[in-house]
Amino acid sequence: MHSDYFAFVAAAYGATAIVLLALFAWIRLDARAQRRALAALEARGLRRRSSGAPPAGEGQS
Amino acid sequence: MSDLSLSKPSRFAILANPTRFLELSGRLQPWLYGLAALLLAAGLVLGFLAPEDYQQGRTVRIMFIHVPFAWLAMMAWTVMSASALGTLVWRHPIADVSIKAAAPIGAAFTFLCLFTGSVWGRPMWGTWWVWDARLTSVFVLFIMYLGLIALSRAEEEPGRNARAAAVLVLVGFVNLPIIKFSVDWWNTLHQPASVLRAGGPTLDPAFLWPLLVCAAGFTTLFFALHLNAMRTEILRRRVFALQRLAARRAEAA
Repeated sequence: MHSDYFAFVAAAYGATAIVLLALFAWIRLDARAQRRALAALEARGLRRRSSGAPPAGEGQS
Repeated sequence: MSDLSLSKPSRFAILANPTRFLELSGRLQPWLYGLAALLLAAGLVLGFLAPEDYQQGRTVRIMFIHVPFAWLAMMAWTVMSASALGTLVWRHPIADVSIKAAAPIGAAFTFLCLFTGSVWGRPMWGTWWVWDARLTSVFVLFIMYLGLIALSRAEEEPGRNARAAAVLVLVGFVNLPIIKFSVDWWNTLHQPASVLRAGGPTLDPAFLWPLLVCAAGFTTLFFALHLNAMRTEILRRRVFALQRLAARRAEAA
């Protein structure tokens, strides 16, 4: 009778895999998008006043 | 901010500088992901090698993911609460970055806690859901995560709602002891604590070990994802600042 429960265990692990993989993919894609956006802006000659010397704050409210 | 090179900065000050934070976290991040993968692989293998429970049969395997998700749902909010103090007391930008980055990850773990609990409850309790104190308080936590996500992303300028988000996080912290002790204070369908309880765990070591390794794995995964999302959020704020700078230059020209 315990074999009836297989679907419940599979559903729990399956949903976990889907949600965590989606979360991981979203975080990686977002990171790549921001890296590219920053590189594109810097390629246009835009730089943060603070780049070079590291003080925080610039543009970070 | 004063020039850090003049005085010897404290360890905290080094981490609190976004540029240094990006450097250090970039080195740490691959190791965190690697450690999480190792621990999760070990924990899941141990979990499937564990014997079936004499009452619950194979559904006991759901415990190895459901319980870590419940712990992490609360730990993520605790991390955000500590960060909220950083926003309100020291007004530090990285503290808000931490809250904003942690919220979707905490929400995902809370959702998984509710979902895995539901498919465990159906065969063992005979119901998918019941409005008892434990389940309801965790559901409230999930709603608070969603509210916080909406609030922290409502404005185009990142970090604009930092103070409001920090206050919401601290108000929501009240829910955590309610979740933890709900099974003691009220008569719930959910069982009381088996691991973190006075008198030690009641779980057999055959189940306790896979559970602890899985919990360590998911916790490491949380911190790896959180660090990754924080780094991205810092970059997003730089992108926003540079875009505003570009717009201002275009206006001046």
